[in-house]
Amino acid sequence: MPLPDGLVTSSNTAGPPARQQTANLADILERVLDKGIVIAGDIRVNLLDIELLTIKIRLLIASVDKAREIGIDWWERDPSLSSKQRDLAGENKALRERIEALEAAAPAELDGARSRTAETDR
Amino acid sequence: MTGAPLCYVYAIVDAPPHHLEVCPGVDGAAVTTVERGELAAVVSLVDRDRFGAESLRAKLEDLDWLEQTARAHHQVIDTIARQIPVAPLRMATILWDERGVAELLQANRPEFTEVLERVRGREEWGVKAYAVPVGPPDAPPGPAESAGGPGTTYLMRKRGQRDRARQAVQTGADLARQLHEVLTGHSVAARVYPPQDPRLSGRTEPMALNAAYLVAAADAESLRAAAARFDSPGLRVELTGPWAPYSFAEVSQP
Repeated sequence: MPLPDGLVTSSNTAGPPARQQTANLADILERVLDKGIVIAGDIRVNLLDIELLTIKIRLLIASVDKAREIGIDWWERDPSLSSKQRDLAGENKALRERIEALEAAAPAELDGARSRTAETDR
Repeated sequence: MTGAPLCYVYAIVDAPPHHLEVCPGVDGAAVTTVERGELAAVVSLVDRDRFGAESLRAKLEDLDWLEQTARAHHQVIDTIARQIPVAPLRMATILWDERGVAELLQANRPEFTEVLERVRGREEWGVKAYAVPVGPPDAPPGPAESAGGPGTTYLMRKRGQRDRARQAVQTGADLARQLHEVLTGHSVAARVYPPQDPRLSGRTEPMALNAAYLVAAADAESLRAAAARFDSPGLRVELTGPWAPYSFAEVSQP
C-alpha cells in the first residue's frame, strides 16, 4: 500500500516479523503497563497495584510537567481524556469542598453534635 | 521451595479459539488457552519463585527485565490480534492456578464480552505529533538590534530564537488539537496519552500529541490519509499500528 507523502510510518504494517521488531518500547510500555483490563481479587497473586510499582517508569514515559511548562496541556481540560488518577483527585477536591460547605452552613449543628459527644464521654 | 506454577493471563478471546497460532510467552513459556463457556483466556504457566509477588515487585524496577517481559506480553497479544478479536489484560496479571482463570471467565463474562464486542473488526492506531520550529533558525539581526553592540546583539538573537521556538510549540499544539479532532471523527473511540519524554521518543522536539484511535478496519486508510494531511514542516505526524486494542480494553465499573 503506498504511503502518503511525507508521513512517517512505523513499519508495523509491513508484515508480522517487522511489526514486532519495530514497535517502540515506550509505545509498548505505555500500553501494557497503563492499559488493558485490570483484574482484582483473591484469585490473583497478591501484587501491589502495578501503577505504584512502576512510578519510575512512568516518570520516564511521561514528561507531563515539561509539557505543561511549554503550554501543551489541552488534554487535561478534556474530561473524556482524564485518567482515573485525575478523576480521583477531582473527586477528593469536590468532597473536601462539600465538607467545607456543609461545615460552614451548619456550624451550630456540628457544635451540637460535639457537645452531645462530650456528654456521652462523661 | 518451588511450588506449583502460577498462571500468567495475557488476554481474553472468543471460545473456542480455532486454529489459533501463538508464540512463546513471558519467560519463554508455552502459551495455551483456558476455556469457559463462550470465552477463553490466553495463558502460560510461570515459575512461582520468579513470578510470585515478592520477586515481581523487585523485578519491575529492573528495566531490562521489564522490557523483555513487556515485549513478550505484547508479542503474544499482537500475534493473536492479527487472527481474532482480542481483549488484552494489564501486564503481569498472574493468577494462582487454572481454576482461578476459569472462575475469572465465569465471574466477568458480561464485562469481557462487552470489550470483545467493542473491538471486534476494529484496530487501534497510534498517532504522535511533534512541534517543529520552522523558518530561518538564526535570522540576521535588524539595524535596531545591531545598534547596541555585540552583547546586545547576542541577547537579541537568543531572544529571537527562544520566541520562535515558543511560537512553534504554540502553533504545533493548535495544529495537534485540530489533528486530534479530525482523527476522532474517523474513529469509534479515542484516547490521549501524556507526551513521551524525549529520552524515550528519541526526538528532541516537543510532542504535541500522543493518542490512540480505535477505527473500523475498513476506515484505517482514511485515518492514515487524514493524519498525512496534517504532516507538515511545523508538525511532524507519526503513525503506528495497527495495535491490538490495548487502549480500549476497559471494563465499565459495575
